[in-house]
Amino acid sequence: MADKVLMKGNEAIAEAAIIAGCRHYFGYPITPQTEIAAYMAKRMPKIGGCFLQAESEIAAINMVYGVASCGLRVMTSSSSPGISLKGEGLSYLAGADLPSLVVNVQRGGPGLGGIQPSQSDYFQATKGGAHGDFHMIVLAPASVQEMADLTVHGFDLADKYRMTSMILADGTMGQMMEPVSLDLNVKPMPEKPWATTGTKLERFHNITNSLSLVPEELEELNFKRYQRYAEIEKNEVMYEEYMMEDAEICIAAFGIASRVAKNAIVEARAQGIKVGLIRPITLWPFPKAPFLKATEKVHTFISVELSMGQMIEDVRLATECRRPVTLVNRAGGMIPSPEQILEAIKNAHKNGGAN
Amino acid sequence: MTNKYLFAGFGGQGILFAGKLLAYKGLTDEKQVSWLPSYGPEMRGGTASCSVILSDSPVGSPIVSNPNILIAMNLPSLDKYEDTVEAGGMIFYDSSLIEREVKRDDVKVFPIPATKLAEENGTPTLANMIIVGKVLAETGDFTDESVMAALKKVISAKRADMLDVNLNAMKLGRDF
Repeated sequence: MADKVLMKGNEAIAEAAIIAGCRHYFGYPITPQTEIAAYMAKRMPKIGGCFLQAESEIAAINMVYGVASCGLRVMTSSSSPGISLKGEGLSYLAGADLPSLVVNVQRGGPGLGGIQPSQSDYFQATKGGAHGDFHMIVLAPASVQEMADLTVHGFDLADKYRMTSMILADGTMGQMMEPVSLDLNVKPMPEKPWATTGTKLERFHNITNSLSLVPEELEELNFKRYQRYAEIEKNEVMYEEYMMEDAEICIAAFGIASRVAKNAIVEARAQGIKVGLIRPITLWPFPKAPFLKATEKVHTFISVELSMGQMIEDVRLATECRRPVTLVNRAGGMIPSPEQILEAIKNAHKNGGAN
Repeated sequence: MTNKYLFAGFGGQGILFAGKLLAYKGLTDEKQVSWLPSYGPEMRGGTASCSVILSDSPVGSPIVSNPNILIAMNLPSLDKYEDTVEAGGMIFYDSSLIEREVKRDDVKVFPIPATKLAEENGTPTLANMIIVGKVLAETGDFTDESVMAALKKVISAKRADMLDVNLNAMKLGRDF
């Protein structure tokens, strides 16, 4: 299995999900993630799984709720407008403490927007995603290999903490092909004694439910859930540091933006500018510690995003506003160029943090 | 050593397929590889393009905005991308569909009448493979074994009869 194959990012997610033991996929086609649904439609019937094209995104996320209640690995995928439709279901999954994997291959917005790549659902993904106090674990792949690896990891984390893991990708990541190894690290699925699998007259009924009309009890559930979130913030943060050892300028970027940023960093380094990259792999929990630590040597942070500037707020919070944070961005389906990032690096170098 | 290829032409000319073949050739040659298609509401007759990067070091951005190798299969593609090619780069174009000459004088130019050759060869749909044969001969290394290995990755086992047909089309381009 060490052999590498060329796959689209979307296909890598689908195959990795199958390898992780997912046998239930519900979805509704939307560019630029349709290859996930197409792949599942082809593969699931051959391996005794279930592919179902739902009548809408809302139906699909509620089917996810049903299968998750039964304790099985289940997923849905969509792109930005479709994810908004799933919002209600995401909140219900959180309220019922059900594990699931949801993929958002983002496109430009707001509204129906366009179909070209974007990262403008960052707020939606990391700050909750719908009504009520809740979080999703948000994983941001920056290569086709990570599309596969993080899908498996997402299922593991979802089961471990009984919550939704979201893969937050973008149109580029979904559409591009790169070599990928499918020799993936799949852990055994934990026991799920809470699942609604039938009592067999041996135990009390299990119930999955997000309705709780006694405020004292609902508060208690929220407190307990946030204790779990605190544990996740402590244990599950993932990030990559690139050329940060001696960096005086730090770029913050995830997904495709981090790939473009690396080109700019290599070029800036060739011109003698000490610049590096912190790439959050988990967007929630956000890698606060490495950013705060970087303020010791870094005089300027640059957030590179395919949005009007969303992650930049988390960078400012993480660095406690000790250093200026500037934004390099394109929006609406456009992607920042290495030259645009290089220009910002040169400006930061010239100003030396004096803003 | 990094080669940044940009393939562009009409939808239906096999632009994405030709790019995929090149990507698999890179993979069999143990290069670092990325392949990124344009995607959109285009269909047959619209425009299509794809970025392919083959490198000895890890690929950063998969987006090719300044190719060192441009393959233009129609006039709009040459018009649009000619000026983006890096100085010292190469432009391959289908001279049976593009009547004008390349204006740049700081690049190597390879006019190949791919569509005409394909028709004469009795394989009118393989102009893409003819031109990619020439591209490989000039920028990679064209051995029958490695090209066949790459072809086997992009042509499904059910269409195995097409392997030799494609290889022969590529040789036609190589030898032009």
